Amino acid sequence: MNPRPPLPRHGLPRREAFRLAGLSAAGLALAACGVQGQKAAPPKADEVQDFWSKQTKHGKVVFANWPEYMPEDKGPLEKFAKDTGISYEYKEVIQENADFFGKADPVLRAGQPLGYDVVVMTNGIQLQHMIELGYCVPLDHSKLPNFAANAGQKYKERAYDPGNKYTVPYSSGVTGIAYNTKYVKDDITSIQSLFDPKYKGRVGMMADAQEIGNFGMFALGIDPEKSTEADWKKAGEKLKEQRDNGLVRKYYDQSYIDAVAKGDIWLSMAWSGDVFQRQLAGEPVAFVVPEEGGTIWTDNMLIPKGAANPLDALMLMDYLYQPAVAAELDEFIQFVTPVPAVQDLLREKAKTAKGEDKKALEQMADSPLMFPTEADYARLRGYTPLDNKQQQVFNPIFQSVTQA
Amino acid sequence: MRGIRTGDRLLHIWTWLVIVWLSSPIAVMILFGFNDKQSKSNTTWQGFTLRWYKELFDIADLTTALRNTLVVAVVSTAVTVVIGTMLGLALGRHRFRGLGATNFLVFAAISTPELVMGASLLSLFVSGNVPRDSVTIIVAHVLFSLSFVVVTVRARVVGLDPSLEEAARDLGATAWGTFRQVTLPSIMPGVAAGAMLSFALSIDDYVVTSFVNGSTVTFPLWIVGAVKTGIPPQVNVMGTLIFGIGVLIAIGNAIAARRRT
Amino acid sequence: MRRLTPYLLALPGWMWLAIFLVVPMAAMASVSLQTGNAIDGYAMTFSVSNYTDALGRYSTQLVRSLLYGGMATVAMLAIGYPVAYWIAFKGGRRKSVYLFLLLLPFFVSFVLRTISWNFLLADNGILFGTLKGWGLLPADFHVLATTFAVVGGLTYNWLPFMILPIYVALERVDPRVVEAAQDLYATRAAAFRRVVLPLSLPGVFAGVLMTFVPATADPVNAAILGGTANTMIGNIIQTEYLTNLDYPTASALSFTLMAVLLVGIFVYARVLGTENVLEAAAR
Repeated sequence: MNPRPPLPRHGLPRREAFRLAGLSAAGLALAACGVQGQKAAPPKADEVQDFWSKQTKHGKVVFANWPEYMPEDKGPLEKFAKDTGISYEYKEVIQENADFFGKADPVLRAGQPLGYDVVVMTNGIQLQHMIELGYCVPLDHSKLPNFAANAGQKYKERAYDPGNKYTVPYSSGVTGIAYNTKYVKDDITSIQSLFDPKYKGRVGMMADAQEIGNFGMFALGIDPEKSTEADWKKAGEKLKEQRDNGLVRKYYDQSYIDAVAKGDIWLSMAWSGDVFQRQLAGEPVAFVVPEEGGTIWTDNMLIPKGAANPLDALMLMDYLYQPAVAAELDEFIQFVTPVPAVQDLLREKAKTAKGEDKKALEQMADSPLMFPTEADYARLRGYTPLDNKQQQVFNPIFQSVTQA
Repeated sequence: MRGIRTGDRLLHIWTWLVIVWLSSPIAVMILFGFNDKQSKSNTTWQGFTLRWYKELFDIADLTTALRNTLVVAVVSTAVTVVIGTMLGLALGRHRFRGLGATNFLVFAAISTPELVMGASLLSLFVSGNVPRDSVTIIVAHVLFSLSFVVVTVRARVVGLDPSLEEAARDLGATAWGTFRQVTLPSIMPGVAAGAMLSFALSIDDYVVTSFVNGSTVTFPLWIVGAVKTGIPPQVNVMGTLIFGIGVLIAIGNAIAARRRT
Repeated sequence: MRRLTPYLLALPGWMWLAIFLVVPMAAMASVSLQTGNAIDGYAMTFSVSNYTDALGRYSTQLVRSLLYGGMATVAMLAIGYPVAYWIAFKGGRRKSVYLFLLLLPFFVSFVLRTISWNFLLADNGILFGTLKGWGLLPADFHVLATTFAVVGGLTYNWLPFMILPIYVALERVDPRVVEAAQDLYATRAAAFRRVVLPLSLPGVFAGVLMTFVPATADPVNAAILGGTANTMIGNIIQTEYLTNLDYPTASALSFTLMAVLLVGIFVYARVLGTENVLEAAAR
């Protein structure tokens, strides 16, 4: 399929005529002449500067986030409002990256605003589309001093958004292996365990193309961040073999954690945050970053094109990088925070806390699932960075494994 | 005659078995609304508590989501039942130009994959510059429930004896009077069944709603999003309350039916 | 005025379907004939290759979906018909209560129902764990992640949509007619076959239409309950649309699915062959 150049836009008078003909005719006309291409040339530095020099503080900000991703009393946002005088609207409107993008794409393509100033998205395929389509406002780092001072090094070097041009991390997590200690008596350290015939039918893999692709590559000793098309194919073959030998029970979404905790599967690709919750609940699950490598994923804050209050949005993003604020956030979310100083703050807090709270805080501060060790970080890689053309090769390779 | 009674008894038991089967996951849901869980995950039993009932409305966004869902379900069901019954009557009772095409449309609405329906509605709204909120959600819910009401009502209307209506008219009843006193009572079971199906479809919809909701969040949407970090037990409690209110209505209905006779 | 009645009755429904279904579907049909990609844009090329490509790549999943949808529909009919029959003729004053109870579980979020099923059906859970403990099941027995689970899930989720229309059709049958038939014919089975069954056919037709079609297009059950080889066409459409942003392929697949379903329903109506049903639905 050769990509063809987009058709030229209709002349204005004709489009106006369609609009007059009514809402439905306009919809039809739009689709009938093809969906307009949106490929955006990277913005020039002076344009960015120019854009930001014109922005003023509006005193309000609309934050679109996932449910249960902010303490119920909205503490960090309340403090932000008090310190800056910016009032906030907080909307828990994001359920899935794919669903959110599917909804945002036609709106942004039509040049209409989403109605949000800050949006949180994972560094997957959809975020790369957002960036590639020019749906994200480039950030002005001169207004992000807290980020510069407090973000961990790993969160400043990211293949999917070099130099944090469009995004800064909100919260993070690690993809490794979880195993049920009731059924698995060995110490799992290697990714090869997922391919070990003795666990036939008891292995869980993830359905997401980039997640499973990474693990296929780790198993072959390939660094996914630097991988090529040939590598993807090899990984695809390796994963197909694993499936056809009957090792894999199922390609899971987040439900893998239930399956591994209950013993339906004995070991599985897993996200650190889920495993941590099960450990707190006393379930027999262990987590390991395999020696061949694990994946670090990040939920990121970005400013969508057409946002009404970009400067207020930027101030909010930076505010959340104050260690005390980040600590409050992470104590609730219990994923990996991009602000390493949080670990010491939680330890401090644990000293003065009592009873259950003290225990919980200590567990958090000491858990490598919330604060990965240096050795873990050294083994972590991001997803393979893919532009649209590469995705059209990459996705089918792994989808043919998971969606047979 | 004894064979018949045994048969009826078996069918009676069968019906209850089906009801129990359908409700069995609800029992688990209710149970975990009382779970004294120690982490964000609420899947292992860790002791009994009433805490989540006390803190039922502590999560403001969840409460709003539930309210949105109930409003949407009630309004969209009402609209769907009215226009669906009308269309079902037209299709089941009358022969008219466009009957075939209408049947085709009704079928098309059922067979459209949810995702396609949601996505195409969204592009329609975007190109018409229609803001997305509860109104667009209701429009969409009416669209996908409509055919279910039409088909159910039609199944009732087809084969109903029209002579009763003709008799009413011959006796001088107005068209509206005939409808209210003769037609409507005779199709009522179909209308009621259609309404229940429509309500069930609306209150639990995720895919279509996720496209046309704008920044209005419904109960199913909020729950899907909360899976990421762990569904709070308040969700179970709200589910329990919906179920409980339903059971109360059913019991009330049964008592009222007994009184009438 | 009488001649206008059907048009007036149909008007609001028509308008709803025309504005919110026909217009967007026409747009989708046009998308299914375009080529390009999400970044550079899609352009109309009147290319049917989207259809042939999609069919070539995903015929397995399409056939599988029809098979699963069909199996689930048969199961629903077998489970649901007796229930509808009993409620219609023996439910007495509590008919609506029974129907309500059948539907009530579906007023609660599918996410909660799914989590609960995973709890109930876990390999070593409350049900199978106990049976395995008694030695009634082999140790590696499991239901989750199998074809059986997917078809069972579809059956579970759409069963009320089979029961209600059959009930609605049966309920208008006068029980005295059934009794008379039982006197007339030698066996109860014969009475049922000759009298009750034909009268219930419009309900059966409606039920099958309302369950087979959505069950075949369903993306949820295969994803949640299936194993490594249970992907259905609904899942593929989702992936093509939401992950690959291949809107033309997703549209082409949807239209193919709808066309196949339409043909299936038409043939089914023909086979069922009652005058009523044909009149009502298959013209």
